[in-house]
Amino acid sequence: MRAQIEGSRAVARTVARCRPEVVCAYPISPQTHIVEALSVLVAAGTLAPCEFVNVESEFGAMSVAIGASAAGARAYTATASQGLLYMAEALYNASGLGLPIVMTVANRAIGAPINIWNDQSDSLSQRDSGWIQLYAESNQEAADLHVQAFRIAEELSLPVMVCMDGFVLTHAVEGIDVPSQEQVDAFLPSYRPRQLLDPDAPITIGAMVGPDAFTEVRYLAHAKHLKALEVIPRVAGDFAREFARTSGGLVRPYGCQDAEIVVIALGSVLGTLKDTVDELRSGGVRVGVLGLTTFRPFPYDAVRAALRDARHVIVLERALGTGMGGIVTADVRGSVPAARISTVIAGLGGRPITRAALRELLTGADQLEPLTFLDLKRDVVERELT
Amino acid sequence: MSGQRIKFYQTGSFAVGNRLLKPEQRTVQSDAGRTNSLTTGHRACQGCGEALGARYVLDAVMRATGNRAVTVNATGCLEVFSTPFPESSWRVPWLHSLFGNAPAVATGVAAALKAKGRTDVRVVGQGGDGGTVDIGLACLSGMFERNDDVLYVCYDNGGYMNTGVQRSGATPHGAVTTTTPAGNSFGQGKNLPLIAMAHRIPYVATATVADLRDLEYKAARAMEFHGARYLHVLVPCPLGWRTASDKTVSVARMAVESGFFPVFEAIDGEVTEVTPIRRPRPVADYLSLQGRFGETPAADVVSRLQAEADRNIRSFGLVVE
Repeated sequence: MRAQIEGSRAVARTVARCRPEVVCAYPISPQTHIVEALSVLVAAGTLAPCEFVNVESEFGAMSVAIGASAAGARAYTATASQGLLYMAEALYNASGLGLPIVMTVANRAIGAPINIWNDQSDSLSQRDSGWIQLYAESNQEAADLHVQAFRIAEELSLPVMVCMDGFVLTHAVEGIDVPSQEQVDAFLPSYRPRQLLDPDAPITIGAMVGPDAFTEVRYLAHAKHLKALEVIPRVAGDFAREFARTSGGLVRPYGCQDAEIVVIALGSVLGTLKDTVDELRSGGVRVGVLGLTTFRPFPYDAVRAALRDARHVIVLERALGTGMGGIVTADVRGSVPAARISTVIAGLGGRPITRAALRELLTGADQLEPLTFLDLKRDVVERELT
Repeated sequence: MSGQRIKFYQTGSFAVGNRLLKPEQRTVQSDAGRTNSLTTGHRACQGCGEALGARYVLDAVMRATGNRAVTVNATGCLEVFSTPFPESSWRVPWLHSLFGNAPAVATGVAAALKAKGRTDVRVVGQGGDGGTVDIGLACLSGMFERNDDVLYVCYDNGGYMNTGVQRSGATPHGAVTTTTPAGNSFGQGKNLPLIAMAHRIPYVATATVADLRDLEYKAARAMEFHGARYLHVLVPCPLGWRTASDKTVSVARMAVESGFFPVFEAIDGEVTEVTPIRRPRPVADYLSLQGRFGETPAADVVSRLQAEADRNIRSFGLVVE
């Protein structure tokens, strides 16, 4: 049913309809509204059977999720920023153990200096943690991706993080069609764990693995991600049939067919980009946008196909790989090694990415340096550098 | 099974099996039908106190629960020596996640079982003193504070023995480790049983591998309670303590008889039972069995550790006239 609702609450309601059996919660901005809303649903008995565990840290949250998942429960948590980094050790563990935990990341900058506003430094820093990473363009997609995430996770026995831009999405109220219980039940079967802590059939999970087998374990993790490249679009297709709207998948090309310049981005900035592209296209500029819904596994083939006609690729990045430039750029370069690629670092720590700035960027694309910091206050940095 | 405490004072009181007892009073280990939770073939050092303690604890837990328990293990010796892939010494459902999160993982298992209505299955978390008093303390305190239905067992050998005998927050004052080569200059170590009691959890107990009957009793007794429970087991480490591998039990016994390691039970944060000492031995006798305090322990170390033992004897009322 379509309702005017905050992004966080839409996600919480959708997650509840996925019937998680254990929800772990630790507060951190801008994630808090999600677990608050879930705690209310659990306390009211709307979401049952479900255990809501108030943990002492994000490290504890992911650890509880690991235990719950290993014991056969559908487990969910949410975090952001420093919280995600505090979980980092457990993130690798959850994927290594093949536990299909689903987590929302309300994307936020990482300090120091402390900054609670949105960029994607947190989730991108965990790109090699073995988690599937999906990025929502809108709150509708954020809600929808969670339904798909549980199916993808459980089909592959891999954890999935659904990333949504902090504040820009989490705290924005808009019209959202929250999936109904009947629809979700039809789409998402109950969790059947691949391996289980069970007194009736004792097994050892998490044995120590030496040099003789560790490479094979890691290879299998990689192979699962390659399989995810097939599973993710299939699940998105099933979703589109069941819910009669498109969400998820690997990539979202927008006006890429004949575009000479294609901008690649993740998350909510895609909306602003599409508006800018529409405006420029009506003026005869051939630009397009490629949204990366799936960042891990990286959809090399889909990106290559979407960039076939582009002579210039601009990667708009909301995180910085210090001493290197763009994190996403490295993967894009792997997809289209021959293309001209520019990296634009934009929107760090919540700095607005305006249509005016994007218009200027795209119309002056020919003059772009390989690495540009959008709206950089040069006088400030020059004072410090001299 | 209801735990039943049997006090032996006659010669041979430390014997495990006793054929003169009724079958239901015999030890878990003397029962041919025990689970053998941590079975043979593992790679612990000779004389490992932890391997001995873990087998007794888990077999007792399994008997007490009718073989309905799952275990979560922190990183450490116990995990490393028991699960070199593709082998495993565990004959119970067993999960290892990380070093510092065993209590939280156990909480997750308990939460999953509760959500699924599995009231028949119980959860045991276990780790060494490094994983428990240091890196895992926040998760453990959280587990206590929420009163999650988990028995957490700490096998205390007073150091990071798995990584080559470094100092932990449970290393006694004066002990030489590879990171305290001149002897541990810090205090008496974190007293986790008292920290656990301060959370007012239903059951806290201490035990050693010197009194295995008592250890079995306490593991079984812990399963009579629901909510957070804590069992702190002193497990000497021949490598780290520089003791002969056949002296593990003797040195643990001396820790108790000197008053240095008080053996007690506490319910809801109040001490309810102590194992009395008949004739307290000087702490120097305990130290002299080990190499970690130096060939001749320094006088100030001896007096400080003796003062600790004296305080234990006073505050727990260990010596009954």
